[in-house]
Amino acid sequence: MPLLMPAPEPEILSRRSELLTRLAQILPAQNVIADETARRAYECDAFTMYRALPLVVVLPETVPQVQSILALAQEMNVKVVPRGGGTSLSGGSMPLEDGILLGMSKFNRILEIDYENRCARVQPGVQNLAISKAVEHAGFYYAPDPSSQIACSIGGNVAENAGGVHCLKYGLTTNNILGLEVVLMGGEILRLGGKHLDSEMYDLLGLMTGSEGLLGVVTEVTVRILQKPPVARGLLLGFASVEAGARCVGAIIAQGIIPGGMEMMDKATIRAVERFQPCGYPQDAAAIVIVELDGTPAEVDHLVGVVEKIARAEGATTTKVSNSEAERLQFWAGRKNAFPAVSCIGPDYLCMDGTIPRKRLPEVLTGMDELAKKHGLRVANVFHAGDGNLHPLILYDASIEGDIERAENLGADILRLCVAVGGVLTGEHGVGVEKRDLMGEMFNEIDLAQQMRVKCAFDPSGRLNPGKVFPELHRCAELGAMHVVGGALPFPDLPRF
Amino acid sequence: MAFAPADEQELSQVVAAAAAEARPLRITGSGSKAGIGRPSIGEELSLRALSGVVLYEPEELVLIAGAATPIAGIEALLASHNQHLAFEPMDCGPLLGAGAGQGTVGGLVAVNASGPRRIKAGAARDHVLGFRCVTGRGEIVKSGGRVMKNVTGYDLSKLVAGSFGTLAALTQITLKTLPAPETSQTLVLLGTEEQAGLLALRKVSGAPLEASALALLPKGAAPLDLGENAAAIRLEGPEISVAQRLEDLRGLLKPFGGGVEILGGESSASLWRALRDAEPVASLDGHIWRVSVAPSDGFALVSALKESALPLLGYFYDWAGGLVWLCMADAEDAHAKPLRAAVDRLGGHATLIRASATTRAAVDVFHPQPPALAALSRRVKESFDPAHILERGRLRAEF
Repeated sequence: MPLLMPAPEPEILSRRSELLTRLAQILPAQNVIADETARRAYECDAFTMYRALPLVVVLPETVPQVQSILALAQEMNVKVVPRGGGTSLSGGSMPLEDGILLGMSKFNRILEIDYENRCARVQPGVQNLAISKAVEHAGFYYAPDPSSQIACSIGGNVAENAGGVHCLKYGLTTNNILGLEVVLMGGEILRLGGKHLDSEMYDLLGLMTGSEGLLGVVTEVTVRILQKPPVARGLLLGFASVEAGARCVGAIIAQGIIPGGMEMMDKATIRAVERFQPCGYPQDAAAIVIVELDGTPAEVDHLVGVVEKIARAEGATTTKVSNSEAERLQFWAGRKNAFPAVSCIGPDYLCMDGTIPRKRLPEVLTGMDELAKKHGLRVANVFHAGDGNLHPLILYDASIEGDIERAENLGADILRLCVAVGGVLTGEHGVGVEKRDLMGEMFNEIDLAQQMRVKCAFDPSGRLNPGKVFPELHRCAELGAMHVVGGALPFPDLPRF
Repeated sequence: MAFAPADEQELSQVVAAAAAEARPLRITGSGSKAGIGRPSIGEELSLRALSGVVLYEPEELVLIAGAATPIAGIEALLASHNQHLAFEPMDCGPLLGAGAGQGTVGGLVAVNASGPRRIKAGAARDHVLGFRCVTGRGEIVKSGGRVMKNVTGYDLSKLVAGSFGTLAALTQITLKTLPAPETSQTLVLLGTEEQAGLLALRKVSGAPLEASALALLPKGAAPLDLGENAAAIRLEGPEISVAQRLEDLRGLLKPFGGGVEILGGESSASLWRALRDAEPVASLDGHIWRVSVAPSDGFALVSALKESALPLLGYFYDWAGGLVWLCMADAEDAHAKPLRAAVDRLGGHATLIRASATTRAAVDVFHPQPPALAALSRRVKESFDPAHILERGRLRAEF
């Protein structure tokens, strides 16, 4: 299943020097990266299986520069790929050979922190973790915590609607941002939301979040900050079977408890973690569940007791409760290192990302085992257990002929299985180029056409991040963006866009 | 003519036929929210047949229901499993004179209704996991899914939430359900000046107390007519946690002085139900506005309105000052210009919620937008409904 990107347009390639000249009029010389060696640094994001050398990399520092770059691209009919920290795991910011790579890394300032209204206004290149660091002295933090939070940018988080361990209780990016400033391909600036709640008319703030850079370029984000819970305690629970672990997760939620985090790992991952950095996970367990409860001390102590009881009733073979911050972090150390640890048991791995209804977990795991056997590969599993978001890690060896294809095919089969049981193709990594050709598993042509028409409303010429999310590119006119009834335009007197 | 299609398929045929002739359609469920927004025109398209809970899995925190399913029934079903719709949907009926308990889930999503818990739990839009609909092209479209974490394709749920049916007729909605809190208690701080009371609410919202509602009722406002300003703070959760946080809250509020009353059980629940449904202004006779601003700007807004000598009949603050409900004496223009000017100076939006159809047709019910945003909104509308047949005129006179 090789991924095909739209073929580079010779006409654009032939106008590269003109484009560079025009960009030099907008940006200082050091902000235009045209040299091939320097461009190499940008040839992929964290989805490293596919690479492309961008036509040119630009690093604007001001909103007017972004406006001018987009307007120029529109005028010259050149594609633009926006990029934040470049940590996308689905190729969302993979460059195009005939496209400008618009790096937002110089938009790295925190513009305002407003404790009274519990929000912060930041530029899109600010790292996720940097927001929490900037407000922690006052007891606040920014809740969504993707694993890449030390490196990923908030603008990229908006593009991908990033999640993380905290999301079960505190929501995804979309639930934690209040406002955006966005520049459209035509250079128009939009301000969506602000420090107040909810929008009127269409919720374009909600639509932009998770739109994978296809609708507009984010130039400012207003995020909600939360007061840090006074305490957090963890439980490390071991189970003799994955089913028992999954039942325990369901029982905790059925009891009305929404933990701050609830993560699960299978035997293959536990073993890998213990080899990589021993952190006391029970070696005899077929699955472990880490539960974190946060809140006031009395509440947390109470809930720890309740969860412990549920775990015992569900047949936990190990129940450890953290009694210090060091112990709590120790429980998490293995989970946080799961991905690097797994690379110790296989030279390469492909990290998949699908969500399923939680109760279908046992059959999905069995199904994944069968699929792995069929493709002749192994799979290690890490889950965000509370919300059914799976991360099967497909182990392969890129030096073995055909292994990459086998891994990709197994990954696609696993995602098809997720959809078949009522789940979705991606829980948090995005569609990007990675899952683009699987969109048809979840949506029919009419569903996809409607999504693409929304894209046309923002970017009629389809120049912003093309080749991502949608399996085939349609021109807006083909999608019937202009609806003609009986040969006459509706409302012919109204201006068209 | 009026249409009442029996199912989604028939609905799609009705809409496709109307689209081909550019005939506008007015979508109705129970009709309880017909009074909000600009009066729309066209033949009635009733979704009442699309009713009923399709799936409810409490342990998976998910419920799927037909668009015309009554909210009251859904809430009762959830309550029997100790769950709820955490965004605390407003019942618009009492405010609009349609009576309580008539709203449907489709209407709820179409207006993106939420209540006092909005500040902690989010709005309706945050709880819609997916939906099915018939667009203005007559096409059956689905979006989202039924799981908590999903970033597959554009989040069209956000777009349809609050779109007042102008993009598509919703047929089925998938909602996230959540455990209902074990205990709920409300502390009422009495007698502070309005500005100080609002400051107290903001202090609470910035403390690790997880308050789930923060409102301020000026002296004399129903339903808490205590003869003094009243700042109400709700704490929810396990009993032991609420008790401890209540103590912490008392400590935090000490510097503000004033008397304290604690409401528990039904008296707490009925207070928040009343505020959710905007009762303090609903009982007054006049135009009702709902204004969303930054919490620290709520007081400034009301002060500006008082200074400009507008005939303000009543008001109260929810969301720690971020939501201001206002009642103003009737006027042909509903005082839109000075009110919107005051809101624009601060940032935010004002919606005219209750006024005569004539006034709602003459005045922008929803906040005007800058040209680029207005143009984009229109293109988004046309991407779903190119012939402008669904709820024509409901949001804007021009589409």
